[in-house]
Amino acid sequence: MIAIDLIRNTAERLMEKAAIEIPEDYLDGLKAAAKTEDGDLSSFVLKAMLDNYEAAKEDRRAMCGDTGVPRWFVKMGNEARVEGGPVALEAALRRATATATSAVPLRPNRVHPLWRTDHNNNVGIGAPEIEYGFEPEGEWIDLITVHKGGLFGTDYRMLFPSDGVQGIKRFYLDSLMAFGKRGLACQPAIIGIGLGGSKDTCMVLGKRASTLRTVGSRNSDPKIAAMEDEFRELGNSIGMGAMGFVGKNMVIDCNIEVGYCHTGGMQMSVHAFCLSSRRAVARLFPDGRVEYRTDPDWFTPYQRREGVDWEPALEAAE
Amino acid sequence: MSLREVVLSTTPTAEAVADLRLGDIVYLDGLIYTAREGVYMRALEEKANIPLELPSQSAANFHCSPAAVIREDGSFDLGAVTATASFRFAKWLPEWMEKTGARLIIGKGGMSSKDYREYFVPNGAVYLSTVGYGTGALLGRGVETVEAVHWHEELGIAQAMWVIRARRMGPFIVASDMNGDCLFERENAKIQHNIERIYEGTKPAVMRRYGETDDKSDEIIG
Repeated sequence: MIAIDLIRNTAERLMEKAAIEIPEDYLDGLKAAAKTEDGDLSSFVLKAMLDNYEAAKEDRRAMCGDTGVPRWFVKMGNEARVEGGPVALEAALRRATATATSAVPLRPNRVHPLWRTDHNNNVGIGAPEIEYGFEPEGEWIDLITVHKGGLFGTDYRMLFPSDGVQGIKRFYLDSLMAFGKRGLACQPAIIGIGLGGSKDTCMVLGKRASTLRTVGSRNSDPKIAAMEDEFRELGNSIGMGAMGFVGKNMVIDCNIEVGYCHTGGMQMSVHAFCLSSRRAVARLFPDGRVEYRTDPDWFTPYQRREGVDWEPALEAAE
Repeated sequence: MSLREVVLSTTPTAEAVADLRLGDIVYLDGLIYTAREGVYMRALEEKANIPLELPSQSAANFHCSPAAVIREDGSFDLGAVTATASFRFAKWLPEWMEKTGARLIIGKGGMSSKDYREYFVPNGAVYLSTVGYGTGALLGRGVETVEAVHWHEELGIAQAMWVIRARRMGPFIVASDMNGDCLFERENAKIQHNIERIYEGTKPAVMRRYGETDDKSDEIIG
């Protein structure tokens, strides 16, 4: 049984980490970009970003004043049990979100879309989002918080099978150009592409591709992995760098995730993660251990399963 | 090429503003106030009295709301500071500049050169962009004190008017000048020659959405 206090305390710590500390894989990607950049303004921007992370860590203050719209991903091993059950878990994550909003502080961004009601704590109807995943084995739960912005840098297009990879490329470039020209999506960033699913799951796939994969990771399908490499290079050959200024680093990495879709369509979403790639991950065990991790390790073979049966589950049932 | 660094007062002289060139790096000294939808709507549409002596106290209008909290004793805890996209406030700016004498409009993304020529230049104003949009910790370090927060009860913390005393706050980049030229448009023009090559072989979507444009030289703001 995983204690509910452990969940709440860890969740608060994760909110702080996500807002203040940059994930190692992304920091390495950004440093590599700074090394190769030769545009004068875009080099200045990359250097300022790296200085900014140092300042955030030293001062323990948020990296960005817009601390996004925090959300949670929860992954549970099949044998995991939470004290108080799933409702207690959700209550703990909502409480941690509100507490961290005033403790860090984060900006209370969440308001009612029409009445603009603002509780100044980032909690409200449907906020924060809590999404779930499961794994066949394990007594642990993973808590992952992602603080992604909420305005620009995300788009969707309904493509059709005959649009093919060339159609996918087009929308990818359209999306990078649209907000890159004014730096409204903060770049260079990790770009996530969702392919397939239905419209809603396509958006979710793209968001997960941008926020739950580490820089340098590759899709387990070698043909998709090759597309990820190609798209990363393509994005970096536009001639646009940080903030849309002349340069060669627009994309730190490009991750693609797919889901089976309607036979007549080929849904596509593009998501630019923010320039601080704010994610934080911890694995919680029933004995009270907490393991802080860099990699959310969301896309396991189980998450990408394709067939009807999942053998380990069948074995367990027997 | 090295970039020029300038330290500027938030009540700058006309000469100091006129001297700014596209791409200069600016650090600010003095009082700055924040404004976004809530402040513009309250001041211009609801005609509420602006709670500052402008422009003598500050000519620096920041499209921003900080990551901050108002403690129970009324004091402030301010962490990071980051701009929000400015183009959506363009419709209020002519009236705002006339009313307040704002000369330094600070934010993210900027506006079009048309806007700069039509109402920035005649008002002696320029646009400063924050850097990378995520340098909130560096900008937060430039906040010496929070002087006041106005209208937070009516508008909430994220929409309120924050008045902060800045000390070498930055970096910012000069994104418009006294000719009304726009830094982003200049940079976009430099990469324009690449666009055709990049798009080579790609396919336009079968279903195009109403209102979408095929003109790749189009500005997204305007």
